[in-house]
Amino acid sequence: MQGFIQHLADALSLGSLFALTALGISLLFGIMRLVNFAHGDLITIGAYALIVPSSNPNAVMFIGLWPVLDTIIAICAIVVALAILCERLAFKPMRGANPSVLMIASFAVSYFLQNALIMIYGSRPKGVNLWPALAQSVSVGGVRLQLLQIVTIVTTLVLLCGLTLFLRRSAIGRQMRAASENFMMARFLGVRANLVIAAAFAISGFFAAVVSLLYVVQRGTITYDFGVPLVMAAFVATVIGGMGSVLGAVLGGFLVGFANVFFQVVLPMSLRGDRDAFVYGFVILVLLVRPAGLIKVKSVQERV
Amino acid sequence: MLEVETIEVSYGRIPAVRGLSFRVDKGELVTIVGPNGAGKSTTMMTIAGALTPTRGLIRLGGVDITGKRPEEIARLGISFVPEGRHVFSQLTVGENLLIGADMRRDRAAVRSDYDRALAYFPILKERLEMPGGKLSGGEQQQLVIARALMTRPKVVLVDEPSLGLAPIIVDLVYDILRKLRDEGSTLVVVEQSTHRALENADRIYVVRNGQVTLEGASAKLTDKDLENAYFGFEDKTDGVAAVHF
Repeated sequence: MQGFIQHLADALSLGSLFALTALGISLLFGIMRLVNFAHGDLITIGAYALIVPSSNPNAVMFIGLWPVLDTIIAICAIVVALAILCERLAFKPMRGANPSVLMIASFAVSYFLQNALIMIYGSRPKGVNLWPALAQSVSVGGVRLQLLQIVTIVTTLVLLCGLTLFLRRSAIGRQMRAASENFMMARFLGVRANLVIAAAFAISGFFAAVVSLLYVVQRGTITYDFGVPLVMAAFVATVIGGMGSVLGAVLGGFLVGFANVFFQVVLPMSLRGDRDAFVYGFVILVLLVRPAGLIKVKSVQERV
Repeated sequence: MLEVETIEVSYGRIPAVRGLSFRVDKGELVTIVGPNGAGKSTTMMTIAGALTPTRGLIRLGGVDITGKRPEEIARLGISFVPEGRHVFSQLTVGENLLIGADMRRDRAAVRSDYDRALAYFPILKERLEMPGGKLSGGEQQQLVIARALMTRPKVVLVDEPSLGLAPIIVDLVYDILRKLRDEGSTLVVVEQSTHRALENADRIYVVRNGQVTLEGASAKLTDKDLENAYFGFEDKTDGVAAVHF
């Protein structure tokens, strides 16, 4: 029982990180048909922003030492600002371009950001010990769980509910949903393209910031490609979930998280190093059964 | 109210509209009629800001709106209902209507326009909570017209409202368009059928090969005039003559 609940918590917290990352990617894809590979670098930068900029391999905490709430607000503000800046400088000039062009542009942004990080912080990994209190275990109903996992899962649930409410109840959320279905029609009704796209980048950046905080506590080490594994898993999650579907991104994220933990547990020790091969083999199986993903998005298919 | 002056629009190097001009006065229902590929839809898309003309001017109430972005043009008072309906299928009927009003700040007037739209289109009232994609074609056509009205436009452009609808529904849609005109709205309706144009419009423009080939008050035009202009017959005395393609 203890073992099962522990694995369940592992799967849920890993799935949470994937789901939040996948959401940030899916929102932008839904609205702009942008597959944003630079999303992982936003996550990376959220982590680097915690420390003093320096190429010294011994990281000195800066924002990371502030009171918890201040740290959260500062990191979110930085990453959101950066996300909007990326939009303004890189993606806005090529708005309306072919999706493959946008994707290539996001690679360029990604490499630019990674190399800028190497320039400022150096390429060696840095140890970052943020919020060590989260590493301790707590006992929940006789089962001991890591506090970080509980915080990750609860944060994700709260953000998912918040995003759902925002998309359902607010005027901008309604406009974002309309725009992701038919952007031109929304504009014919006076919906401002700039506002909707900036809002999508801001939310995407906000989710990246949250992921980077949760992930940096878990990892304890940051490198210039810190966010890349998350973004890879999240891309797979959005594809399984159905490109452009918010619910699909969440389902896909949790599915990939569960598959990871499942294979980690059931594979014999000698094969665990090849876990990803099994995870992605499973992904291929899912796509053979449902080629358009778990949740089909009609507007995406019409355009392809 | 709306003046289009000798606009030229191309898709790449292929010209679609070649020096087309027309105008709509306040409170008029003007129909633009013409065969497939005549440039009617291109003209509408250009007025709405989805395409930019290479030459010519578009003015709304005397103000030049040529080359402005779609959302700016919508905010200046042109509401465009494109061909093929384009309901937001995941949004409920009510949300579809509200999108049309999101740019407005006059909350009380929005409320009354909302009620008025539902009074015009009672079927929508029964379907308010339903996703737009679940409506029938005729209901969707009503929804997009109602949604266009929620912007409180100065001019409504409707592209081929009859496309793919049963004749009885087409009549219903035109009844509504005429009623809107009677209550003071200004409308431009694109149509393929000369017959429906004659029945419903105050004035008619026949468009062929990207140009206006005939214009006039529908009361003064006959089926024959329209057909000749529509099909490009040269000799109007007996109605049968060389056809130029």
